[in-house]
Amino acid sequence: MTTPAHHFEDLGQQREAAALGMWVFLVTEILFFGGLFAAFAFYRSTHYDAFARAANLLDWRVGAGNTAVLITSSLMMALAVRAARLGRRRDLQLFLAATSLLGALFVAVKFWEYAHKAAEHLVPGFDFAVEGPWAQETRLFLGFYFVMTGVHALHMVIGICVLVTLWEMARRGVFSPERHALVENAGLYWHFVDIVWIFLFPMLYLMGAH
Amino acid sequence: MTTPHVRKGTPPKVYVSVYAVLLALTGLTVAAARFDLGRFNLAIALAIAGTKALAVIVYFMHARSAGRLIWLFAGAGFFWLAILITLSLYDPLTRGWLPPPEW
Repeated sequence: MTTPAHHFEDLGQQREAAALGMWVFLVTEILFFGGLFAAFAFYRSTHYDAFARAANLLDWRVGAGNTAVLITSSLMMALAVRAARLGRRRDLQLFLAATSLLGALFVAVKFWEYAHKAAEHLVPGFDFAVEGPWAQETRLFLGFYFVMTGVHALHMVIGICVLVTLWEMARRGVFSPERHALVENAGLYWHFVDIVWIFLFPMLYLMGAH
Repeated sequence: MTTPHVRKGTPPKVYVSVYAVLLALTGLTVAAARFDLGRFNLAIALAIAGTKALAVIVYFMHARSAGRLIWLFAGAGFFWLAILITLSLYDPLTRGWLPPPEW
């Protein structure tokens, strides 16, 4: 029987405190990405046509495929948290591995996209080669694209490192139905990063599709 | 305020159903973007993305079974996000509403 730390009434309260702490961190993350979304919304509303045109430089099929990969990884993460709650160690390891492998696939596709953009001279500041009347707005749009998806990809890489660590801890039998706050909180983080992409995909890839 | 010591897991069926809805909505947002609906394109894309985000928060992040304190904190985050974006867009969205003052 696991007892809570002395300043908690019971395990339920201790568990809620752990989730609450994670949510406080996620609120700072909401506002961190929110600043980027607000800036993007500002420039998109003032350069409406140019941004729609620039959005067509991105391949929406790759973005949609990656969205499916990330949503699948979120399903695997939800099942991993379920396995931890039920104390199924083998399932927990399996679903943690699946989540991190799908996350790694997402990041790999993202960098493949970046490599293509670099080959087409579409990276602002690095041999950028778009000319014509829309050049400045295109540079602005791609700047947002690289910063927003880059910061998102960094969150993915951090998440994958966390998941690999959890996998190793699960292998050593650290987690039990009473004690697995790390898995719960890693799940909250992973789903949050998924939500950021759910907004990034239509904002960046689909705005010029029509 | 307190929750039971050992939680029962949500049935996997629920997670798989939410997953199917998320994939379907991704397809819907791609399909909707192919029609030129003017400014409604953005409204539809945001409505679909918002629905997907809510499904992830309620089911995958277990907000459904979370205490009111967690709802309050999460809600505060999105409330401040709404202020951030709304006030940022006051200027560009209201340009041209009034003629410039005569000198």
